[in-house]
Amino acid sequence: MKKLNIQLITGIFVMLGVAAFTYQAVTIGGVSFTAQPGYTLMARFDSISGLREGAIIEAAGVRVGTVSAITFDPDNYQAIVSLRINEGVPVSEDATASVRTQGIIGEKYIKLSQGGFPDMLGDGMEISATESAISLEELVGQYIFSSKE
Amino acid sequence: MQRAIESLGANVIASLERTGRTFNLMLLVLWELVQPPYRFYPIVRQMYFIGARSMVLIVASGVTVGMVMGLQFYNILERFGSVDLLGSGVALSVILELGPVMTALMVVGRAGSSITAEIGIMRITEQIDALECMAVSPHKFLIGPKLIAGVLSVPLLTALFDFVALFGGYFVGVVMFGIGEGSYMNGMIDNVEWSDVRLGLVKSVIFGLLVTLICCSRGFYMHLTKAGSEGAEGVSSATTDAVVLSSISVLFSDFLIGALF
Repeated sequence: MKKLNIQLITGIFVMLGVAAFTYQAVTIGGVSFTAQPGYTLMARFDSISGLREGAIIEAAGVRVGTVSAITFDPDNYQAIVSLRINEGVPVSEDATASVRTQGIIGEKYIKLSQGGFPDMLGDGMEISATESAISLEELVGQYIFSSKE
Repeated sequence: MQRAIESLGANVIASLERTGRTFNLMLLVLWELVQPPYRFYPIVRQMYFIGARSMVLIVASGVTVGMVMGLQFYNILERFGSVDLLGSGVALSVILELGPVMTALMVVGRAGSSITAEIGIMRITEQIDALECMAVSPHKFLIGPKLIAGVLSVPLLTALFDFVALFGGYFVGVVMFGIGEGSYMNGMIDNVEWSDVRLGLVKSVIFGLLVTLICCSRGFYMHLTKAGSEGAEGVSSATTDAVVLSSISVLFSDFLIGALF
């Protein structure tokens, strides 16, 4: 009886612990054991300052994917961003990808705006129209230096 | 003057010896654990002692810590008008820092001290020598199950602590102060990445190993230190030593892990 009780309580303890960890990992940490079906697009930016891997991609304010990788292109001095787009979200050839900020000091994310072309981009293709991150400092700098002239 | 330098040197040598013995013990125990025969029931019993019986304490302290965090973060964030960040603030600080550290400290206080006392008393009453006489390896029989149970239990307890702390914060933020439920939960979900959860897990595994190892080795090698000749008083000072040392090493290694990863 004593032995059984110990085993029972330890079993309950292990189950509770594993359940709590799984909750954290899956719900809060966002681990999915089955990869979300989707495809990857590339985009080149002159500046992505502040964008991180795992950042959100939004279209019309709806989350449609995540940034899967960020690499640096030393030849053109540009950032190459891999965009993992969910299945069932078509992106036309002349769509625009822009780096935007949530709120004024919030996190950076990528905003997709659909274009008018009928042809859609497939896996591994590149979004050619991009808008870099808007830097408040640069804007202020431009304003100051242009007003001097 | 020479005395002072001598005693400094003696202390340094003694603490280096203790550290070396602790790591030696870990390697010995691990080496003997990979060899058959394997016995699982002692591990279950130790997990019951270290883990299952700490559950109530961990849940109680987790809720309290979560509520305190909710309260303090709310007061700070309210000044900047960004109470929406409450969820992510509480979740990140609990999962990354407070969960693993608080759980490890609780385990030190509840289970670590009694591990040292138990093994220390077995040492001074020559029960460990008796085990060796019977060709039972005390490393494998005594310390092995405790070490495995510590490494398994502390992460599980940490997961429980994190879970209830998040809902303690939820209670304060959403129920008491009326932040939107969605902004609390989604702030948490958006800002906590798998890498954060993983770092918390790695920390808690390392803390579990450290705490049980230090507590076991303090008791096991009691006869080699000054405390060994003092009988019951020696057990009490070895226990105090073990608690202090394992708490400090948890806090310091928390900083090291945080700085390295």
